[in-house]
Amino acid sequence: MQATDPNVKWIEEPKLGLAGKMYIPAVIGGLATTTKHLFSKKMTVSFPEERPEIGNPLIYRGVHRLNKDDQGRVKCVACFLCATACPAHCIDIIAAPSPWPDRDKYCESFAIDELRCIFCGMCEEACPVDAIELTSLFDLTGRSREEMIFDKEKLLSVYDMTKDAEPMKSKSLGGAP
Amino acid sequence: MGIVLVDGIEVEVGDNERINGIEAAERAGIDVPHYCWHPGLSVVASCRMCLVEQGTKDPATGKITMLPKVVPACQTPAKDGTVFVTNSDKVAQCRAQVEEALLIDHPIDCPICDKAGECRLQDYHFAHGQDERRADIRPFHSKKREMGETVSLFVDRCVMCTRCVRFTREITGTSELLVINRGSHEEIDVFPGFPLDNKMSGNVVDLCPVGALGDKDFMYSQRVWFMKSHDGICTGCSTGCNISTEENQDRVYRLRPRENMAVNKWWMCDEGRYGYHHVHAEDRLVGPRRKDASGKHAIVEWNTVTAEIKTKLKAAGPLAAVLSPHLTLEEAYLLIKFIRGIDPNAVLALGPVPTIGADETFPNGFTIHAEKSPNRRGIEMLLSHFGGKTLSFEDLTAEIDRGAVRAAWVSGGYKKSDWVSEATAAKFAKLDLLVVQDMFVSPLWNVATYQLPGGSFAERDGSYVNFNGRLQSAKWAIRPPVGAWVEGQLYQRLLERPGLFQGRKVLTELAQEIPAFHLAIGEVPSTGLDLTINQIAQQPTTAATV
Repeated sequence: MQATDPNVKWIEEPKLGLAGKMYIPAVIGGLATTTKHLFSKKMTVSFPEERPEIGNPLIYRGVHRLNKDDQGRVKCVACFLCATACPAHCIDIIAAPSPWPDRDKYCESFAIDELRCIFCGMCEEACPVDAIELTSLFDLTGRSREEMIFDKEKLLSVYDMTKDAEPMKSKSLGGAP
Repeated sequence: MGIVLVDGIEVEVGDNERINGIEAAERAGIDVPHYCWHPGLSVVASCRMCLVEQGTKDPATGKITMLPKVVPACQTPAKDGTVFVTNSDKVAQCRAQVEEALLIDHPIDCPICDKAGECRLQDYHFAHGQDERRADIRPFHSKKREMGETVSLFVDRCVMCTRCVRFTREITGTSELLVINRGSHEEIDVFPGFPLDNKMSGNVVDLCPVGALGDKDFMYSQRVWFMKSHDGICTGCSTGCNISTEENQDRVYRLRPRENMAVNKWWMCDEGRYGYHHVHAEDRLVGPRRKDASGKHAIVEWNTVTAEIKTKLKAAGPLAAVLSPHLTLEEAYLLIKFIRGIDPNAVLALGPVPTIGADETFPNGFTIHAEKSPNRRGIEMLLSHFGGKTLSFEDLTAEIDRGAVRAAWVSGGYKKSDWVSEATAAKFAKLDLLVVQDMFVSPLWNVATYQLPGGSFAERDGSYVNFNGRLQSAKWAIRPPVGAWVEGQLYQRLLERPGLFQGRKVLTELAQEIPAFHLAIGEVPSTGLDLTINQIAQQPTTAATV
């Protein structure tokens, strides 16, 4: 956009008085903020004894989980859309014809390299069946790189661990079950 | 010569050409969407996707009279004075309505459908469809039915274009597939007890514009957008069908035919289509081995092999080389250069050419040849150029049995290990030095002094000459497994040529040297070069120089 463009609106800087030029209102404002925080509730927690409170677990992006359907089977239909959307290429899926009569395709193997993952949440957004979701578990540790590659069983167990505290998002957000 | 107007663009049509509106529009660079029409099949005009406005131009006055209704472009001949309009609001509305009608009862299966990503229904809906679905139908999953050994049908995904039905009637002449029921209950099916089991059945999957017909071999193994496609040549038989090798991360997932009107048109046989599994077989050989004094084979470094093999061959005495009909022209050329460079009188022989049954021709002229190797003719042309002592494989075996040859280099590259018999291998065992390149353990492999694992067709870069004398070039699609060296790369190293093996470079050199391949000096078109034309044109020039 050019400076001469009619859509550009030019405004003047506000004129400062003597107090303003001596930074008095700015200093008082800063001191007020400091004083306010001195007496407000502390944000810092002594992790790991104390755990921080997570504001909204529904939009938090922590460890992945693989959701199960009402019959306890993995919801994933192995469409590879999460793997396609993943900017870090950390999802590895092997698809196979499903052993169940009412479903055609399912994931035989599903692995996420949690060390490679950048927790952007694109996989969750891409999933057409709400099978992959990010939980509010954030303190992820492991003793080896291999251990940090989460396979299907582990991702399903994360679902079992978190399903009570965090119900499936699509439902709670008003989507189709 | 006639002039056809497509959206105001003039297109020339030859006097003896019979083309329709879709083909005329293609010449003008305009894509007319269509499902049921295929250049290789009869016209049924049933899908109604190619509806366009049509009219005629009066040659005397130049006045254009349009028909009041829309017509299917596939069924409308494009002749002098025909006018097509494909970009009007009326046409756009027709397309949107056809799309809507097709999608009324189409399952929203895209996430689990193998066609997703290359599906006409998806593409056309994106380009011509409506944004919102008016029909109130909940997404459902398609019923699945087996059509035969190779193909499954997802019944509800079908748009009833009947391409597959027409294919089995017109191309293979086997007529297994048919349409059952009527109206909105129409389905594709086979007669009970007569499954789809012809030798070209895989083509119906490529023909299917949607995901209704699924290839069982490829089913759920990879999403199409992950794969890269490489132009290749099928090495299953001497027909030399043009194919696309589709791979992801050095693994071949499927082969599909590539259009070449001079060879395979749009088709390929199942034998070629599913004949790539040996590339990733468990028992594929990797790691070069050398026989030690005790007769056992131990793994050696490739660098050791390339460093010492030349001196060993030199010391061994009368040499012979067996050129496999699976080698590309370039590789065979380099091998001859290498062997004749060591021993100018070396015996050359064409390796055994596997032959199974008899040639099989389908009603449309597509032939599956009995000769199951891609390059017999090319190797023979090379042998006749280089001359010297050239023998058949049997004669060479007898020669070796007599002791006239003391060392041999045998290139294999066969898909199966049964190309050489135990008895022949026993005769080869008498040699002082035997170098064998192959993909699988064969009787000959077991008696070799040097066992060198070679490349498969998907790893080779080079050209083949098919049964008809057509030279066609293939690009490498994947890298060989760790421990195997593609023949061309090994010869490049042995000849101490700088850099990596590049088929194109070697072909230029070969074509400049050998008159029969002169045509290939320039670019080899994707449809190949007919070398027999070259030979006809060659004769007067040679006569003139004499």
